[in-house]
Amino acid sequence: MQFLITVLLDGLIYASYLFIVSLGLTITFGVMKILNVAHGGFFAWGAYLASISIIYLGDNEYNSFLYYFAIFLSAIIVGLFFGYIIERFILRKMYNEDIHLIVLATFGLFWILEDLILHVFGVDPLMPYYPAMELGGIEVGGIFQGVYSLTLAGLAIIVAFICWYFLKKTKYGKVLQSVIFDREVSVSMGINVTKVYLITFIIGGMLGALGGAYIAPTISVSPGFAIDVVVMSFAVVVIGGMGSVPGALIGSLIVGLVRAFAVHQAPILELFIIYAIMAIVLIIKPEGLFAPPKPRKI
Amino acid sequence: MKLTNLKTLGKIAITGLIASVLPMSVNAKDTVKVGVVSFLTGPAAGPFGTPAKQGAEIVIDAINSGTMPAPYNTKGFAGATMNPIFSDESGGGTKQVGLFRDFVQKQNVDAMIGYISSGNCMAIGPVADEVKMLTIFSTCGTERLYEEKLRSHVFRTQGNAVGDSLAAAKYIADEYFKGKVSTADKMYTGINQNYAWGQDSYKFFKLGMAQYMPSAVGSSKPQFPKLFSGQYGSEISALSLDKAKIVHTSFWNGDFEAFMLQALVRGFFQKKILVSSVGGSGVDSLDKKFPDGVIMGTRGNVGLIVRNDTTPLNKWFIESYKKRYGAYPLGPSYQYARAVMLYKIGMDKAAKAAGKFPTQDQVIAAMKGISFESFADTIEMKRGDGHQAVHSIAYGVTKYNKAKGEPGIEKVIKYSATCIYPPAGAISQKWVESGMPGRKCN
Repeated sequence: MQFLITVLLDGLIYASYLFIVSLGLTITFGVMKILNVAHGGFFAWGAYLASISIIYLGDNEYNSFLYYFAIFLSAIIVGLFFGYIIERFILRKMYNEDIHLIVLATFGLFWILEDLILHVFGVDPLMPYYPAMELGGIEVGGIFQGVYSLTLAGLAIIVAFICWYFLKKTKYGKVLQSVIFDREVSVSMGINVTKVYLITFIIGGMLGALGGAYIAPTISVSPGFAIDVVVMSFAVVVIGGMGSVPGALIGSLIVGLVRAFAVHQAPILELFIIYAIMAIVLIIKPEGLFAPPKPRKI
Repeated sequence: MKLTNLKTLGKIAITGLIASVLPMSVNAKDTVKVGVVSFLTGPAAGPFGTPAKQGAEIVIDAINSGTMPAPYNTKGFAGATMNPIFSDESGGGTKQVGLFRDFVQKQNVDAMIGYISSGNCMAIGPVADEVKMLTIFSTCGTERLYEEKLRSHVFRTQGNAVGDSLAAAKYIADEYFKGKVSTADKMYTGINQNYAWGQDSYKFFKLGMAQYMPSAVGSSKPQFPKLFSGQYGSEISALSLDKAKIVHTSFWNGDFEAFMLQALVRGFFQKKILVSSVGGSGVDSLDKKFPDGVIMGTRGNVGLIVRNDTTPLNKWFIESYKKRYGAYPLGPSYQYARAVMLYKIGMDKAAKAAGKFPTQDQVIAAMKGISFESFADTIEMKRGDGHQAVHSIAYGVTKYNKAKGEPGIEKVIKYSATCIYPPAGAISQKWVESGMPGRKCN
């Protein structure tokens, strides 16, 4: 029983982390059909900006509540700033180009964002551990879990709910679904697709940055740490179906739980098993488990 | 004056001029150009590459100006000022081999110093021999570098990783297992990165445990997470559920710090004893948050282990480093400084023997098999046909120094090179498996 509870909790925490990071990636792809490799740059910038804010607040003994304010504010600033610049001045000029070129452009942007970090924050690792340390640990199923890590699951649920509500219950969500379904039809219906693209890219960037900012208090934030996160997010998005929000959720859960089980039972297979699942999904259902339906064009 | 006399005088003058200029170009050199390579970008830059570069800078500047303590207090390298060209080690072996060739063939360097990654050392070693470039590896740890092939132009001032793992096992056997009888107390496991360094470190730790403490039992589920994975929640749970009390790790850089942070909030260190072979940088990063009681090594008598060592060289290095960079030098700072010191000793010795500015072959001959004074110990180039260093390895237990307000270490034990490294010519794994014949422990 202790084993099952532990695997379940470990899997859920890791899945929550993956979901928050991959959600932005899948939304961007769903709406804009762009595989945004620069997503890792948003993640890294979110982590760095949150880190310096938290370290400043912690060192000067400000109210703990402000850590969380700093985390969300960092995500908003990074998403707005880089999201606007990248979409408005780079991607917008490339929408008519070959899709591979756009992927390459985002790949280049990722490295530019990474390099900017070196110039702005330097190479020394940052350790904004205050929130995680203050919340400490709690015994669940016989072993201690970090409370801060458990809050990740709460954050993922809130983000998933907001996303569902936004897409299903608001006017703008319906507009977004229309663009996801077919861009040309949406344009003919009078939807300002250019604006939709800009807002979507910014929101996607904010979600990526939120993943980095929220995870920062549990890691050593150092140059290059975002690369693996992007790769893992791709695996999640491919399993769940590119562009599908439920797909990102289910993909994250599958990867998180299977990985946790592997770590406990066959640690050496931890990485293999994730990509084995991805390969199997690609063979059986190449578009992913929950890929949105594509319109049949005549 | 006759024309023939004028011609003779002219010949004498020209001969004299050539004679006066030629020896200068052959016998003396104002500068030596040396490539110094360490990680300046990527996750290894902060805890490894940058402190390494800074350690090299301190020593190079001091030697150039003749202000380093004895026996390095003569000015320059065989009298020449070193002009270092710092370069980034990131990008992998293929890129580094290209850069190495560029250094040799386009920038015409006199020597190459550095390299942290074992993969890069394995890639560059054969190329250094091929292009006949004196190369001093400072940090990389793989034992394969000299056990697979002897190297003509390559030296390494850092003992290989076998000694780190064996010394860790010996420390546990000597200090921790004393009087322990319960099964759980005799069990050990590990969390190491899933690549050559992590796998080899745990392999030799396990082999060492089998020799030093035959009744100890290794866990069937040691953890090998991906390098730079950053999230260790599941691994910490698995280790917590494992009966083994001792947990070995060769984690380095951000991975070590992330693991420590995540384990700390989960009360991991109240139940487990962590043995870290190379986590020294994390002690300073976490400062007072770093838990007491972690068994810590620093790959030799460097960094945290020798922070209170008062030998003149060590004292000077720590003071100079703190003054210039505002922090204690870390293990890689020492390792790079040592590589520069070998070059200095080799150049000076070769110049003295030759009576003129030495050639590369003379420097290599001078460095081969040499012993030289390091900051808190002596480095002996006694393996790999005189190209590979051995030195003592120390381990201690972390204990925050409240009086000084900084991390500290206690119960330090130094293991001599004869205790933890195989004799010259032996293959490490076979030597350990066959019971470490001929080992002499202090």
